[in-house]
Amino acid sequence: MPIETLTYREAIRTCIIEEMDADDNVFVMGEDIGRYQGTFRVTQGLFDKYGPRRIIDTPIVEPGIVGIATGAAMTGLRPIVEMMTMSFSILALDQTINHAAKMYYMTGGQVSVPLVIRGPGGAANQLSAQHSHSMEGWYAHVPGLKVVAPAFAEDAYGMLRTAIADDNPVIFTENPGLYAMKGEVRTGEKLSIPFGKANVVREGTDLSLIAYSRMVHVSLAAAEKLAEQGISAEVVDVRSLLPLDEETIFNSVRKTHRAVVVYEDWKSGGFGAEIASRIGEHCFDDLDAPVGRVGGLNVPMPYVRSLELLCIPNENDVIEAVQKLK
Amino acid sequence: MAKPAQIEIKDSPADIERYYREMLEIRAFENRCNMVYRQGKAGGYLHVYIGMEATAVGWLHAIRQGYDYIITAYRDHAQPLLLGTDPVKIMAEIMGRKDGLSKGKGGSMHLYDISRGFFGGWGIVGGHTPLGAGLAFGSKYKGEDRVTLCFLGDGAANAGVFFESLNMAALWDLPVIFIIENNEFAMGTRLEYHAADTELHKRGFPFGMKHERVDGMDLFQVLSDARRIVDYVRTEQKPVLIEIMNYRFAGHGAADNDRQLYRTKEEEEENFQRDPIKRLEKYLLDNNLMTQEKMEAIEAEIEDWADNVLAEADKSPFADPSEVYTDVYTDMMPEVGH
Repeated sequence: MPIETLTYREAIRTCIIEEMDADDNVFVMGEDIGRYQGTFRVTQGLFDKYGPRRIIDTPIVEPGIVGIATGAAMTGLRPIVEMMTMSFSILALDQTINHAAKMYYMTGGQVSVPLVIRGPGGAANQLSAQHSHSMEGWYAHVPGLKVVAPAFAEDAYGMLRTAIADDNPVIFTENPGLYAMKGEVRTGEKLSIPFGKANVVREGTDLSLIAYSRMVHVSLAAAEKLAEQGISAEVVDVRSLLPLDEETIFNSVRKTHRAVVVYEDWKSGGFGAEIASRIGEHCFDDLDAPVGRVGGLNVPMPYVRSLELLCIPNENDVIEAVQKLK
Repeated sequence: MAKPAQIEIKDSPADIERYYREMLEIRAFENRCNMVYRQGKAGGYLHVYIGMEATAVGWLHAIRQGYDYIITAYRDHAQPLLLGTDPVKIMAEIMGRKDGLSKGKGGSMHLYDISRGFFGGWGIVGGHTPLGAGLAFGSKYKGEDRVTLCFLGDGAANAGVFFESLNMAALWDLPVIFIIENNEFAMGTRLEYHAADTELHKRGFPFGMKHERVDGMDLFQVLSDARRIVDYVRTEQKPVLIEIMNYRFAGHGAADNDRQLYRTKEEEEENFQRDPIKRLEKYLLDNNLMTQEKMEAIEAEIEDWADNVLAEADKSPFADPSEVYTDVYTDMMPEVGH
């Protein structure tokens, strides 16, 4: 299996190209994804390669885009919808939750919706209050959706393939801070990484840091610093929120007896709270300390960088939370 | 709007009898629905098609049934009945039974028969209109010549997502017909209180879309318009916006039990005179196509049919508790609750 060094964005693009080459039913639609090459350049070059039939520039109407893609998926097509940012997917919540996610159930299993909604989710750099949302926890609340948040280029490559092949609607969230990050990717044999499998990305014995998306890298950086203090932190990359691999998370906690959940979304009511709650429900007797949480500050994202950086969890926040564990 | 006398009727007497029977079937079926709702055998929300029968019968005889796609909102019992869906399964779904179309998980507002091209059955006003555009997108993408009928109510004609759908349908030349069933009421709010311009078909104009207001009470007028427009859309591969003029004889839903809050009895009586079934019966008599006795015999036969459908549906048990977790995903169970 050849191994290539790709950026996260290239890994996604490579997967899209391979899947579009393999199946004419796969197409991409979204705002500025074609002629403009995509706001974050994920779809760069695709319009020239496939033309307007399969790389579709849409009007700026998120509900309409998700709705039309859902209808197309009901006829057997496999649309990939790019959200310019997941923040804009708030407009399309009715189409996603009330229509796409419930179709299979409401029809009693007559027709499914093989739809992928992907795009950057989370804060970038001074995008301010309306463009910095982490939406994955909102979606992971919804039965009928699958929700993944890969942190590495290879996971993005292999999990996007799984998402496209999935017969259910999938939310595929990509933190903007990950796009330029490089990683080794096993390409060429159509690597497919299943959903519902968390990954221990750093082994440790003293505590477990449980994170997804860019917060995995924050947790890894924190683990590095903690090691200098003689604390051995294990880092679990959740990868897939729905379905959630409880066993890998619980096994790690049962080994280390301490856990801190790290997530970028608003701390209150975010998906990290769900993970913490499940650890509490299932691993109470294994815990030597209450489960810690590091989340984003519960404020609209401020514009100025100095305030913005206060809101986004960093490795010092993680270390502080670890130090509070008794 | 043309008068029926001006329309050339090409349908055979046998066809016309079939349409007549179908209109009676819809009405008899809907009367049973109202009854089971009153008896507490159907819950939630339930919306009947009484008074609007000519619209569904006319339009569904203008398409290639089983090939073309149909999608509508929650006033959705008539369409699957006309497409040949087992009426017992429809009634069983409305009654929440195991043998319903969706095993009792959908209910009155969420009927589907995908094998016959019927895609529901949706409860968010205007929310299904981009799905309708998407069905047409799918068939066009695959190079098929299917036509999609996307029915919606006059209330949905104000929804933002409907305008988004009109724009994309026109922008991409999608073979979809948006059919606004203008029955004059968005729930309990009359047309002139909810629409700045009450000529709803004009909403196609800013998108360069062919648009028309047509009659929905005279079956032959409906058939004639529908055939012409379906043919145009199939041939030209362009969308059309139709506003079809109806009157909702019943309340908005079965739970709407005080229609006098928004309209008078006098107004209702006046409009009941436009009854599409009575109108067809008059045509059948005037043209010696059917005797009064024959009509009465057919009606009695269909009343029996509807009683039988209801009795059969009522035999079906409620869904098994084990069904609650199935059909959330195609390939896995959802997170377990409690």
